[in-house]
Amino acid sequence: MLLALFSLLILLFSSVLALCLRRDPSRSQDAGAYGAAAASAAGLIPAVRVLLTGVTETVSFPWQVPLGSLTFTLDPLAAFFLIPLYLLTGLSAVYGVDYLKSYSGKKPLGLAWAAFNLLTAAMVLVFTAGNAVLFMVGWELMAAASFLLVLFEHEKQQVRRAAFIYLAACGTGALLLLAAFSLLGAHSATLDFSSFPPPGRAAATAVFLLALCGFGLKAGFIPLHVWLPEAHPAAPSQVSAVMSGIMIKTGIYGLIRVLGFIRPWEDWWGWALLLLGAVSCLLGALFALAQHELKRVLAYSSIENIGIILMALGLGMVGAASGAYTLAGLAFAGALLHVLNHALFKGLLFMGAGAVLHAAGTAELEALGGLAKRLPRTAPLFLAGSAAACALPPFNGFAGEFLIYLGAFRSLNSPGSAALAGVLSGLALASAGALAAAAFARAGGVAFLGEPRTERAAGAHEAGGLMLFSMRALALLCLLAGLAGPLLLVPLAPAVAAGFGFPFASAAAEAAAVPLLYVSIGGLLLLALAALAAAKRRACLAGKVPAEGPTWDCGYAAPSPRMQYGASSFSQPLTDFFQPVLRKLGQYPVIPEYFPGRASFSAEAQAVFYNAVYMPAAARLRDIAYRFSWIQHGRLQLYIMYIVVTLLGLLLWKL
Amino acid sequence: MHTFAELIIVFVILLDLSLAVTGGLAACIRLVALQGVVAGLLPLLAGHGAPHPRGVAFALVIIILKGVVFPWLLTRARERSGARKDVEPLISYPASIMLCLAAFIASSWLGSRLPLPETEVAWIVPASLATIFTGFLLITTRSKAITQVLGYLVIENGIYIFGLALFVEQPLMVELAILLDVFVAVFVMGIAIFHISREFDHIDTAELSELSDWRRAGDAK
Repeated sequence: MLLALFSLLILLFSSVLALCLRRDPSRSQDAGAYGAAAASAAGLIPAVRVLLTGVTETVSFPWQVPLGSLTFTLDPLAAFFLIPLYLLTGLSAVYGVDYLKSYSGKKPLGLAWAAFNLLTAAMVLVFTAGNAVLFMVGWELMAAASFLLVLFEHEKQQVRRAAFIYLAACGTGALLLLAAFSLLGAHSATLDFSSFPPPGRAAATAVFLLALCGFGLKAGFIPLHVWLPEAHPAAPSQVSAVMSGIMIKTGIYGLIRVLGFIRPWEDWWGWALLLLGAVSCLLGALFALAQHELKRVLAYSSIENIGIILMALGLGMVGAASGAYTLAGLAFAGALLHVLNHALFKGLLFMGAGAVLHAAGTAELEALGGLAKRLPRTAPLFLAGSAAACALPPFNGFAGEFLIYLGAFRSLNSPGSAALAGVLSGLALASAGALAAAAFARAGGVAFLGEPRTERAAGAHEAGGLMLFSMRALALLCLLAGLAGPLLLVPLAPAVAAGFGFPFASAAAEAAAVPLLYVSIGGLLLLALAALAAAKRRACLAGKVPAEGPTWDCGYAAPSPRMQYGASSFSQPLTDFFQPVLRKLGQYPVIPEYFPGRASFSAEAQAVFYNAVYMPAAARLRDIAYRFSWIQHGRLQLYIMYIVVTLLGLLLWKL
Repeated sequence: MHTFAELIIVFVILLDLSLAVTGGLAACIRLVALQGVVAGLLPLLAGHGAPHPRGVAFALVIIILKGVVFPWLLTRARERSGARKDVEPLISYPASIMLCLAAFIASSWLGSRLPLPETEVAWIVPASLATIFTGFLLITTRSKAITQVLGYLVIENGIYIFGLALFVEQPLMVELAILLDVFVAVFVMGIAIFHISREFDHIDTAELSELSDWRRAGDAK
């Protein structure tokens, strides 16, 4: 525990140091990055120890803030979230050294590193806080630091808009959480998590709804996701990796914590989570398929994965309500495992997208192409990340979803509602997986395969050594986590026990051990097959020189890169089918003649929820606010009058 | 001795009423200073027997600050700003005095309702509340920035008297803390008034509302 606090101190110190060294960008980069890496190394030790021993560690210091206490609790659940946090932030920081080099002298790198390490420290605080006040301090710090990072390229109007939307979402979420914690601590002397009394029925429902919306705004499931596809692409890539990989998981963590305070659960809560999750994972994958920018594709894929995690939580709660412990345990374990896995592969993917952005100067899919030949080291790593994101073995994405599938199939012989929940989530998971596979085949294929569509893509260059190091490390972790099989249960079981209860953990460990063994055996077999195929290919090609020709030549006399399948054309059959949901804007040429002249085609993905729900709501709110603008007249005297009247009112009310 | 204290209380209330109807800025500054001095004398008369030397010292500091330093600062600010000599009330003087009387009646009622310890000096709580209300009245119904500082000082006088009513034992410690705040505030306000008048050629706060961008955005809509 003390080591975790020590890592917190390293982060804060290196944050200040990076800010102090801001005049010298390269030293400020070093201070920030190595501080973050050292903090990760220090922080991983207690996290792993707590997961192995299963013992909760607590430290408490006095604090003068009302209702607050500096109580840090490191239980297996927190430790399970801390591991991806430390892994990802450490590797992202190393990646960032190379990635930010090109901004040296143009951007305040010292401030960026200070904000990055502050963001990490704030997330450590969120995961280890044992007191609601401390938690909210971490939560707000996290929002502020990540807001600064989103605003990194603030000269772009798009980025400023993204940052503003993000700030609004953070503020709203924090407000709801304050209400939730106030309700929880209403009958308690302090706001320590351990001292929350079990709330009454109505209060528990209110807390659940507040926490669901408050944490949901951070986690970013549909329909609370609007900030996510804006802010993730706006931030520098290593920050997107951290935000998408672990920061949005703080929402999941908070939700699990609060669910622990408001037992017993109502039946419909699980259904609410399950349905929200199912909608998120389906729509997230579908929207990912329609995006034209690589990082936006990844952002929507994050929404999909958050949906999967939420759906698994919901499935587990429905199972718990109907007494199906095995089903619930498997679903909870799957949810947690997917948190870890998503952090690893989404971190890898965002870093890969960053490498593309770094190399070609753009991440617009229609401007890329043929990058596999120009970035020969990044391409297979991105492919590995994509395979993991599509839940394909032997990568780690499969293991987590496998547990959820296993739970869903177990539910079939459980009583009524659990079976229905299992069928529903199994269906949603399978459809979302298929859509995600299509989205990643499209994104990876259009960006890396074929011929470059623009000069910029043609002139792309390989990523720097530190960037490759981080991506390789994450890809290796993805593979290892996919092959670890039953070993995964060692950290998972105590985390499930700490988050949801001991019976679920033991049931899940019992039910999952053998299937996970099969998963890792299958993965190893697949790897062996791949190695065999590679060896065979090498043997066949030995002593021969393979002929090289243009990609997708197809017998055309003079093929041009514009003849390739583009991002829109690749996904058109699917997106047309889902047009009622996607509401793409665009125009399709109709070609009546045999020798057509000029024609143009355009397709644009819309932010459906933003345009259809949030914009009208915001406009309505603004209209209402204007109606009250006479209160805001700018006359000092009357402002003081408001204060006097309020004070008098309070005095008279208390008389 | 208490008759003296009660006389002072009556005097404070009368000063409140005259502040409500005084039109000249210079006269207002003098009235506020007088009220501060009178209020500063109160603890010397309210206690039993001879006052403690420390109490005398505190009272002296208060009287010098409120009777000499503040009026001097404010007079200087007024002269430098070159403002008109009247307070430019937003409501008429009769209305002001009616409001002041209403405030006094409300304070009497409020004073009887507040759960306070028994006070030895009659009327001290209503008088202090009435003084606070008068201060608010000055702040909210006069348009010049200087009158807002004056209102602030009147509120401070009221709080001081209220503090005497509550903590007869250690009002001076409380007062000293408040006084420090007030001193800084008057100082800052004096500078601010000077700068406002230099930038805008007047110290009419109503004109400052031009600075608000909200109104323009609303009008443009």
